[in-house]
Amino acid sequence: MVREIEFTLNGYHQKVSVKPGEKLLDVLRDKLGITSAKYGCGKGECGACTVNLDGKTVRSCLMYAVEADGSVIETLEGFQRLGKKEIQEIYQKHNAFQCGFCAPGFILSTDELLSQNPDPDEEEIKEALAGNLCRCTGYKNIFSAVKEMVEIRKGRES
Amino acid sequence: MLNFDYRRPESLDEALSLRKEWGGKSSLLMGGTDLFLAIEEEVRRPELLIDLKKIRALSGLEEKDGAVHIGAAVTYSELIHSDLVHQKLPGIWESSRLVASVGIRNSATMVGNICNAVPSAESATPLMIRDAVIHITSASGSRSVPAVEFFTGPRRTVVKDDEIVTSISVPLMKGKFGESYVKLGRYRGEDIAQVATAVLVDENWNYRIAYGAVGPVPMGIPGAEAVLKGKKPAADLIEKAKSEVLNTVSPIGDIRASKEYRLHMCAVMFEKAIDAAVSRMETGAPAYGARLI
Repeated sequence: MVREIEFTLNGYHQKVSVKPGEKLLDVLRDKLGITSAKYGCGKGECGACTVNLDGKTVRSCLMYAVEADGSVIETLEGFQRLGKKEIQEIYQKHNAFQCGFCAPGFILSTDELLSQNPDPDEEEIKEALAGNLCRCTGYKNIFSAVKEMVEIRKGRES
Repeated sequence: MLNFDYRRPESLDEALSLRKEWGGKSSLLMGGTDLFLAIEEEVRRPELLIDLKKIRALSGLEEKDGAVHIGAAVTYSELIHSDLVHQKLPGIWESSRLVASVGIRNSATMVGNICNAVPSAESATPLMIRDAVIHITSASGSRSVPAVEFFTGPRRTVVKDDEIVTSISVPLMKGKFGESYVKLGRYRGEDIAQVATAVLVDENWNYRIAYGAVGPVPMGIPGAEAVLKGKKPAADLIEKAKSEVLNTVSPIGDIRASKEYRLHMCAVMFEKAIDAAVSRMETGAPAYGARLI
């Protein structure tokens, strides 16, 4: 029952052979070298496995790879190439991660939030990031990084 | 790794014939956020996964013939970002915002939520109070089932092994009305309800009241609706209605909350839900989506 699937991964066309029961997360990590997405809870609660699929963040631990056939996937590995590196840099500036396990998920969720809502208030930031858990920072630095990102982009537009 | 086959039909007819052929050996996959875990935990052991995400006929979200129609492929994120849902189905909009988190809501669908049919299903009670109708199709025909009759037990619904739920219709309200959905979680963000209360009131003081997570299936509370019918809620009526609620619900104690706590909160949340629904009808405040508990 092995089948060949295709998708765009960080701007590159990818072909990979999978069985229907293989998780997207495992295929990304073990077959395609995408290690920014992490296996955390395996239940969709922690957000460590977040990837962007067709413009929206999804839980790659709750999907079969076959479901992604024909889609466009972005992960943190593609952020430089996709021109989104500045979110990483702001996270770094604010010390917004310590162990770093959750950081790729947070950065992808931040990217999604700002693409839909360029001027979120604190509540909207918290709501957008509520599905990503961080056990190191206490979130304060993460929120301040997102707020500065908002201000920088606003300044650029005006 | 689990061994099953996977198909992704592009038409409903194709999906229905697969469903007819494979029956109970097949599982229907949409967002997959519940089904995936059921398969991982071997609660479900399908031999075939039928992925319905590419069937265009299931993706509609529109107002037509006096109702809002929500296709089986419509995700919670689509519902939340829909002005139509916000304006015409504010209780459904309010409850949809409380489903898990953004990354789940981007995949998870309302039809999937009710078909998974856990007692705490977020969309069950808001659909019940609006007299929503669930549309079900098989290769041999279609039928429509009121939301109140859809749930038959924990993780059990009226949907048969050869059928597919294609959409939900929610009739539009005439005149002024107010709704509320109050959810008790352990914290904000990602959690399922320990108790959920949904209330609808219209300008003639007709009430619809439903509770989730306090019995084997989401349940309406007709006794409380009858006590309040035709009247603006006053303290003595609220007390009487509240005892109807407590006589109807049958919560269990589990890892998330004790039976006693759930019963206590059923009463607390009843007042908050009635207050919010009435106040929204009369004054428009508190805004839908505001914290009610």
